[in-house]
Amino acid sequence: MNEITKQIEARFLELGVKVETSEIDTKLDQLINKFKVPPEEARRNVVNYFLKKHNIPKSDFFTARETAQVKASDIKEDGKWITLRCKVVQLWDANHESLSQAGLLGDESGTIAFKKWSKANLPQVEEGKSYLFKNVVTSLWQERFSVSLNKTSEIIPIAENIEVGTTITEFSGAIVDVQSGSGLIKRCPECNRALIKGACGEHGKVEGKYDLRIKAVLDDGEKVQDILMNREITEAFTGITLDKAKEMATEALDQGVVLDVMKNMLVGRYYVVAGKKLDRFILVDSIKPDVKPIEEDITRILAATSMPFAVEA
Amino acid sequence: MAENGSGYVREVAHRVFAAELKESNLQTKEGQDEQFPKQFLLTPTGAKCNRVFIVGTLTETENIGNETDFWRGRIVDPTGAFYVTAGQYQQEAAQVLAKTAPPEFIAVVGKPTVFTTKEGNVLASIKAESMHVVDAATRDRWVVETANLTAKRIAKLNGNEPDAVKAREHYSTDVEQYKAMVSMAVESMRGQ
Repeated sequence: MNEITKQIEARFLELGVKVETSEIDTKLDQLINKFKVPPEEARRNVVNYFLKKHNIPKSDFFTARETAQVKASDIKEDGKWITLRCKVVQLWDANHESLSQAGLLGDESGTIAFKKWSKANLPQVEEGKSYLFKNVVTSLWQERFSVSLNKTSEIIPIAENIEVGTTITEFSGAIVDVQSGSGLIKRCPECNRALIKGACGEHGKVEGKYDLRIKAVLDDGEKVQDILMNREITEAFTGITLDKAKEMATEALDQGVVLDVMKNMLVGRYYVVAGKKLDRFILVDSIKPDVKPIEEDITRILAATSMPFAVEA
Repeated sequence: MAENGSGYVREVAHRVFAAELKESNLQTKEGQDEQFPKQFLLTPTGAKCNRVFIVGTLTETENIGNETDFWRGRIVDPTGAFYVTAGQYQQEAAQVLAKTAPPEFIAVVGKPTVFTTKEGNVLASIKAESMHVVDAATRDRWVVETANLTAKRIAKLNGNEPDAVKAREHYSTDVEQYKAMVSMAVESMRGQ
């Protein structure tokens, strides 16, 4: 409780108002101990009381703070107020009315997803442009971090073009699954989403355009890694071009044959992939059969496990 | 960990030799979903398997179903044999067993299960999720990888990790026996 008092007092001092410590203490004590109000709620109540009393607009109290500037890849805590210097790498469909924009921001260290609330009344950002994002708050949902831009945030365009850093990840293991939605697929002409049964999640029944991709799972016996191959990589790797895939589908009267053929080529075999990490996926830049010699491993394992009688055998 | 929006986490496919899987009989159920908990089979060296990946030589196939097809295949690795099954809910895998003429190298991704025979013996088998014919190089790589991962588990077996402790208590695992299995499996690769 003492801590809260100190914080409130210090914050009001910054705004040039001296609030009596004992007064804060009494109010907090009454709320927390007598009326069993949770400490955070009590803090809010006391702060609002003094704001009213001294006629300070709420926005002054909550925005004036400067938050520390951090790198995108350093975001490791939920609910922290930070400032980012980032390029807008990608804008996604803001698929809810309360969202004005959503997408991906990036700096030298990596990328992070962002959402901008409609209520925040902030200017629109443009893909490919760089900005200073002041006072954004981190959030953690299902083990992934993102930042949200709210009323107190600020977006300042900067002239510099930030190079977005990409860390190339490598993974080797066996492909244990090629997932549905791989092979020959159709995409929505408006938003490029993959269609499910000829319909787009956003735009309904549309005349889709064909594409080729592979979503697969690599597994090394200790970890799993989702991988995503675009049309270019898929064509080069499987030798099946988009035209060839369409031909196969027409002949079989079934789009699924392409997936079956790809499964037969890939599942159960060992590969090394490299590419950028995005969410839970590696966006594959290169994929090769794993042909690392196994003789060394054999010698090492034998050395580690052999017992006298096993060597003689 | 791989995860998608629904909170689903894909389980790792463990690498286990036939001789080890054969000795496994400790099944546990876990997971928040009460109606469909995840089933795990703990092996003597402490691999907690919801899924396994094996590569070996398919030596026999048989349709043991009565009215509906139910295929069973025997797959051999350097330490022994796995039984792999595929029924009406594993159509793709069942098709592979139906049309592949043994012997052939084969890779299987599947769920390990335990069943009791009429004689009361407890046997482990693998319910196939997918099955594909592969080449000899893939099989060799699997043997070495499985030896490597098994050796790693053996090295941790005296540690405090819950799976290791449980395996030790349940099986009284003979470490030397499994070390011998691993070196025998790897040794078999040298003669080639």
